[in-house]
Amino acid sequence: MHLDHSHHGPAAVGADARRADGSRRALRIGLGGPVGSGKTATVAALCRALRDELSLAVVTNDIYTREDAEFLLREAVLPPERITAVETGACPHTAIRDDISANLEAVEDLEDEVGPLDLILVESGGDNLTATFSKGLVDAQVFVIDVAGGDDIPRKGGPGVTTADLLVVNKTDLAPYVGSDLARMAADAKAQRAELPVVFQSLRGEAGVADVAAWVRARIAAWTA
Amino acid sequence: MTRAALLVLADGRFPAGGHAHSGGAEEAVKAGRITGVTGLEAFLRGRLHTAGVVTAALAAAAAAGADPAELDAAADARTPSPALRLTARKLGRQLMRAARATWPSAELDALAGEFPAGAHQPVVLGLTARAAGLGAADAAYCAVYESVSGPATAVVRLLGLDPFAATGVLARLAPELDRVVDRAVSCGTAAPTQGVDVLPAASAPLLEIGAEVHAGWPVRLFAS
Ligand SMILES: Nc1nc2c(ncn2[C@@H]2O[C@H](COP(=O)(O)OP(=O)(O)OP(=O)(O)O)[C@@H](O)[C@H]2O)c(=O)[nH]1
Ligand SMILES: [Mg+2]
Repeated sequence: MHLDHSHHGPAAVGADARRADGSRRALRIGLGGPVGSGKTATVAALCRALRDELSLAVVTNDIYTREDAEFLLREAVLPPERITAVETGACPHTAIRDDISANLEAVEDLEDEVGPLDLILVESGGDNLTATFSKGLVDAQVFVIDVAGGDDIPRKGGPGVTTADLLVVNKTDLAPYVGSDLARMAADAKAQRAELPVVFQSLRGEAGVADVAAWVRARIAAWTA
Repeated sequence: MTRAALLVLADGRFPAGGHAHSGGAEEAVKAGRITGVTGLEAFLRGRLHTAGVVTAALAAAAAAGADPAELDAAADARTPSPALRLTARKLGRQLMRAARATWPSAELDALAGEFPAGAHQPVVLGLTARAAGLGAADAAYCAVYESVSGPATAVVRLLGLDPFAATGVLARLAPELDRVVDRAVSCGTAAPTQGVDVLPAASAPLLEIGAEVHAGWPVRLFAS
């Protein structure tokens, strides 16, 4: 890899922790997971929880352009110039894993235009259980599943469930209605992930996104240490 | 120089952002101009002899050592649609990133410094070929192949077209690709001495208009 910054012009490699001017770039956290599991709702809640303490921006990767970005705009979780939508050519996992160039442009443009930033959240378009982010794009990834998608998803595993830095099991408020066994989901997740953390959350409940926000704060502290 | 470098650069999986672009195919599908294999072949043939030959000649000229800034201006002049100019620059910037990480070169660094928002993609492609130790014909082959393979893949996704049938179309077009490359190389290699006016300026008005229409859609699968 070519990591030499003595050349002029933009940096060649997006994973470098330093920007071309030598300053530290924003921490980038990816949020992936199946369609409708609550990625955008989690991003929105995180923005509300963290925007007073951190300089934030969001990149969305919709299957259909701008749906998620427009939701975030409607909810006014951040000023519009802090939200960017990337188009993924019907293939959301390609844009976050195999060919990350459009996403790297998006995060770098955000830092240039509204920076300095502490944190950029990159939401993947809803995909399948094998979709994970490239380490060239994000520093940490959250995989969001929900209780309504079936309580056997943690048992099935797959790269997202098994290797994500944080697994979020969302919509716990719906568990009684869909017959999902939360204790079993927790045991299966533990078996798949060993020591990697798991959060059970309901964005409809009082605590909301608090546990995930606390995890993000810890990552930020480690990044800036 | 290594022949295998050509395969690395021409590979559809080379991570330079092309996968999110349909080369006008998404708009043509929506407008009903591509409904199956026959429509795809006609679309690709039209694209090959217009946008294809122009990008191939620009890439060949850049690979042959013509001035990149002059080529970039020549590309602008040959691209009436503002949406297509923007797309070409975005793709140029994305290719620049991948190219500099893959084949570090002072010429690429200089172009990145001169065009921070991106130079036209074929110009970057030609300099990338140089950096990879490839020649004008190699650059032209990458450009023409990309000009038809990208839309073909997009149509497979958009229409659920049989992928074997779509690949068959590309194979049938191969002899025409060779002829387009020959023309692109003869103009492109003349450009360093005779100037950029020797480059072809073939244009497909429907592709230009379609790109403007597509850019205005609120919902689309491909970036262009
Ligand atoms: N009951 C309940 N509904 C939730 C919760 N979180 C999200 N939702 C709802 O679930 C639906 C889908 O949420 P989104 O945040 O759009 O899901 P997503 O993962 O971003 O979806 P895609 O981007 O389309 O893959 C919305 O109607 C949300 O309001 C939750 O904790 N409980
Ligand atoms: Mg979403």
